[in-house]
Amino acid sequence: MTLFLLRRAGWFLVTLWLVVSVSFVLMRAVRGGPFSSERALHPAVEQSLRARYHLDWPLWKQYLQYVGPLDWSAEGHALVGGDGTRPFGGLLALDLGPSFKYRDFTVGEILAQSLPVSAALGALALVWALALGLPCGILAAVRRGTRLDLALRLGATLGIALPNFVVAGLLVLVFVFGLGWLPPAGWGDLQHFLLPSFVLGLPFAAYVARLTRAGLLEVLNQDYVRTARAKGLPPRLVLVRHALRAALLPVVTYLGPATAGILTGSLVVEKIFAIPGVGTHFVNSALNRDYPLAMGVTLVYTVLVYALNTLVDAAATLLDPRIRLEEAG
Amino acid sequence: MTAAWRARLRNVLALALLVPLAALALALARRARLPRAEFVYSNGSEVTTLDPATVSGQAEGRVAMALFEGLTVKHPQTLAPLPGVAERWEVAPDGLTTTFHLRADARWSNGERLTAEDFLFSWRRLLEPETAAPFAYQLWCVRGAEAFGRSTPEEREARWRAVGLAAPDARTLVVELARPTAYFLALTSFHPLFPVHRRSLEEAQRRFPGRWQSEWVRPGHLVSNGPFKLVERRVNDRLRLVRNPEYWDVASVALRSLDILALEHIGTGLNLYLAGEVDWIDRVPAALVPQLRRRADFQAAPYLASYFYRVNVTRPPLDDVRVRRALALAVDRPTLCAAILQKGEPPSWSLTPPGLAGYPRPEMRHAPQGADEAAHAAALAADRAEARALLAAAGYGPARPFPPLEILFNTSETHRDVAEVLAADWSAALGIEVKLLNQEWKSFLDSQTNLRYDLSRSSWIGDYPDPNTFLEAFTSRSENNRTGWSSTRYDALVAAAAREVDAERRLALLAEAEALLLEELPILPLFGYVSQNLVHPRLGGFHPNVLDEHPPKFWHWQERAR
Repeated sequence: MTLFLLRRAGWFLVTLWLVVSVSFVLMRAVRGGPFSSERALHPAVEQSLRARYHLDWPLWKQYLQYVGPLDWSAEGHALVGGDGTRPFGGLLALDLGPSFKYRDFTVGEILAQSLPVSAALGALALVWALALGLPCGILAAVRRGTRLDLALRLGATLGIALPNFVVAGLLVLVFVFGLGWLPPAGWGDLQHFLLPSFVLGLPFAAYVARLTRAGLLEVLNQDYVRTARAKGLPPRLVLVRHALRAALLPVVTYLGPATAGILTGSLVVEKIFAIPGVGTHFVNSALNRDYPLAMGVTLVYTVLVYALNTLVDAAATLLDPRIRLEEAG
Repeated sequence: MTAAWRARLRNVLALALLVPLAALALALARRARLPRAEFVYSNGSEVTTLDPATVSGQAEGRVAMALFEGLTVKHPQTLAPLPGVAERWEVAPDGLTTTFHLRADARWSNGERLTAEDFLFSWRRLLEPETAAPFAYQLWCVRGAEAFGRSTPEEREARWRAVGLAAPDARTLVVELARPTAYFLALTSFHPLFPVHRRSLEEAQRRFPGRWQSEWVRPGHLVSNGPFKLVERRVNDRLRLVRNPEYWDVASVALRSLDILALEHIGTGLNLYLAGEVDWIDRVPAALVPQLRRRADFQAAPYLASYFYRVNVTRPPLDDVRVRRALALAVDRPTLCAAILQKGEPPSWSLTPPGLAGYPRPEMRHAPQGADEAAHAAALAADRAEARALLAAAGYGPARPFPPLEILFNTSETHRDVAEVLAADWSAALGIEVKLLNQEWKSFLDSQTNLRYDLSRSSWIGDYPDPNTFLEAFTSRSENNRTGWSSTRYDALVAAAAREVDAERRLALLAEAEALLLEELPILPLFGYVSQNLVHPRLGGFHPNVLDEHPPKFWHWQERAR
């Protein structure tokens, strides 16, 4: 286990470095700059802004400054650490820099404010996904071929196929303007959560239901389940103790990356429900050419995906003793 | 422990994991709880910064107007300058020297006195190139200011002494202009010229060298002088402002607190307004305008902004003025406005929008528009006949078909609709094949700036109610020209207007410049904008005006709906 984690940590650093370097170059290769606007800036003004954010430097110099082993800024020295106050600058010191678009905030502050919001929403969406998806999947598998199975499968297909802004619109119509139970948008109270987390969780619930059903159907035909039945165990016990454990494997494998996606928010759901999460920044930072912010959200996503995948691989061995970590690593 | 037990335990644990997950989510969100303010409004996207000197957008201007105050304040309806930090002012007969008398009780939100020195500091900061203020050039009308703004750090002090700004005492500010500037008094209520608090700014710069910008505007750090002050801020969510007890005119500020929301989604804004959670939204979904127009709380008013197409005059066949004129004539503007835009946008044959007081606004030559449907059809037929004749004169006909054109626009439903209508008009009336190309905003700007387009969707919002704010953009040296068009005569007319003392003659010169622009047509005029506000029916002190500016200082609740 320790060896597995160590090896994973090593690869993590390599992955991170690759992501940083490739994004750094790609981002700056895109046409259009962070300071262009309908009302063009005076050339001297644009020059000042570019100088403030070191965009007038050659790319390699900007890169080293961003990553942090070297620092040429007015108050820094060529090699960071010379003054003994801080061993590294930039990324190595977890300093993600200032945002170009939201100039009153550093990227770190923006992430610190918006990540918890998205994480809270995502956690609730996961609760919806599992609370709806698992029972529906099990029910459909146990009652396979019946009308109930058909209805549940239809529901799952709809949950995946319907775009979330359609679901959101319908729910707002019913629960806000029809019944008057919930506020249309906003953030801070339990009522504010229910609709957006449901909308966000619905497609995941649908996937979970389908995976659970498929996994269970496969397992239920296996020899060891037949043996369990043959020795006279009650069907419920067979299901819960023997079948479900193995059937959940694909669900758990799916949940890892899904959780990373769900926790980092959704542009559409956040916009429709006016939620100040991090999902908005994934798209807007790129559109605004806000390089540091785009880099910040990319890094967060990389870390989350990597961490959760590692977690899933570890969890898989608990569910299925046939899987060993060495293979997974 | 038996294996069965362990399995059961694991199942229970897995389920139990969901409960703390949900609890954690709720706890995190509860921290964000903030009861709504007395007045809540939607301000579009998150503002770039609260620093009034370095921003240019409307959303930023609205925040600055609540937090800060200039020498003068705009009247909420007429936009005429009212006393602000200056209680009175005198303009010398030559129109060049203005003496502002600051009120004795002008104070910062921390209780410190606001003096004429604060304006010297703030305006110097605005002009310094390192500040990177987009509107610094607005102050170049002050004597010596342009030279100072273009100076290197070494020449800075010497050049500063030559700038026509002086503070003989704490309550007097003397401004000497380089040339008479009709709109100078209006500029003093424009946010780049608002004062900023020197001590807190310099302290932030000293203590937080790399990130002073985010430190000095932080709630608790930001010192301002307007009717409201900042108490809380959450990125992409809201700014919470409360009445500033140190404000000199606090007695007439009726609202105790304001929430300024960053709401990007127009439909969400409308939902929140309809549910009573937001009291003012400044844009509504285009498709709902016909229904919303029937509401008493919907205000649509002419807005000081124009929608037009830039023409790349460096690309044949668009380098031929006859072709540009043919394109401009063939568009059915009244139908575009009535059937597609539907908000009451006025069709336009000019660059400047209507509503500029005293300005003899010229139009491009076109058949006079009649009031009824038959007259409109006749005018359009006449214009299109002329357009076809112009194309024929330019050498295009059955023997030599017109090459296909491309319309470049930035991604938006409305822009696509307009582009489709124009493409259909040109195809039907002139037989020109038109392709549409949309690009996301920054790529679009890049294409426009580098003249990589045939025709490009454009708009211009006036900064102050004067034609100069529109016409200056198309001078040869302007970065906002972006058409490749340049005319020495046009440049000379705009420059002559800037030197002209007499108000009427100045506007006549600008009208002559615009007439020339509309003869050459590096732009195809289309329509003027309208503002579209849904405002709480009981809010008083909120009036439609051409700048769509609404100083919150004057807002109050009325007993009855408007």
